Amino acid sequence: MSNTQWPLWEVFTQKKSGVPFEHAGSIHAPDKELALQNARDVYSRRNEATCIWVVPSEFIVSSTPEDMGSFFEPSNDKIYRHPNFYKTPGASFE
Amino acid sequence: MNANQNKSLINYCLRLGDSSLVLGQRLGEWCGHGPILEEDIALTNISLDLIGQARAFYTYAGELENKGKTEDDYAFFRDEREYYNLLICEQPNGDFGQTMVRQFLYSAFCYYFYSALKKSSDARLAALADKSLKEVTYHLRHSSEWLIRLGDGTAESHRRVADGVADLWCFTGDMFVMDDVDSALIKDGIAVDLNALKMPWENKVKEVFQLAKLSLPENVFMIQGSRDGKHTEHLGHLLTEMQALPRAFPGAQW
Repeated sequence: MSNTQWPLWEVFTQKKSGVPFEHAGSIHAPDKELALQNARDVYSRRNEATCIWVVPSEFIVSSTPEDMGSFFEPSNDKIYRHPNFYKTPGASFE
Repeated sequence: MNANQNKSLINYCLRLGDSSLVLGQRLGEWCGHGPILEEDIALTNISLDLIGQARAFYTYAGELENKGKTEDDYAFFRDEREYYNLLICEQPNGDFGQTMVRQFLYSAFCYYFYSALKKSSDARLAALADKSLKEVTYHLRHSSEWLIRLGDGTAESHRRVADGVADLWCFTGDMFVMDDVDSALIKDGIAVDLNALKMPWENKVKEVFQLAKLSLPENVFMIQGSRDGKHTEHLGHLLTEMQALPRAFPGAQW
């Protein structure tokens, strides 16, 4: 059976101005405007967002599980890279 | 406010509430039947916006009438002839194209109507209009975009929305009918002069129809009657379904 689904889009929502966008989920839509509308209808019905990004899923480039060792493990034992001793803007987002 | 004006204002609130409720009920029929999941949610979102508007107008009507009536009394215990919703709102969903045509024609009207009602001298109506305007602005955007895509889409999608326009155009005149209720309220700046909305509404329709490659129907006999509670055959069936439970079990609770 052929795939008749519209293209997939990833949705990112921002809770309030200034804070980072968070991945909310994905939707199907035939074009940008309807992607934005579908994202609005599916992911901001309960006052979750003040701004929405939609991105065609095909444009998301992801690392793979095989990358895990070389990408992320080297940072495990480098405590000095953590800005633990002063406040960072990100800390207020928690 | 004198007694006549109070009576007129109650009727005015019922008109607005009834149109919102009836179209909200119609859109609710799409729940679980939308063409795609996202659109299913969109249609029921719009439905809930409209039902919310209806509740606010009924609550205000109940306060004005001052007989202890609740929003449920207005929604569930009035008959067809006591409903004043616009005829276009009660028309069946048809296919998705037809539903979008109905939504577009009505939302465009609401957009200009609430923009004007925002300036009402009645503070409560003005506040309800302000809130409703934000909602219908999205309804208009949503339905406009769909109408353009379907009208300027495939031969099949074009035929469906063109059929929708042909079926529904005769109910657009009903939106602009004014009677004694309007004139009693217009002179104090409470109600909206609907004549002033005709041009902007028509221009908006023309603009979107052009993008949708649809033509504006001409010389159509306009069916009216909503101001007098006279309806097409569809409202009775809708109310029968909507009111069945509260009428069979008055005061029933979830």
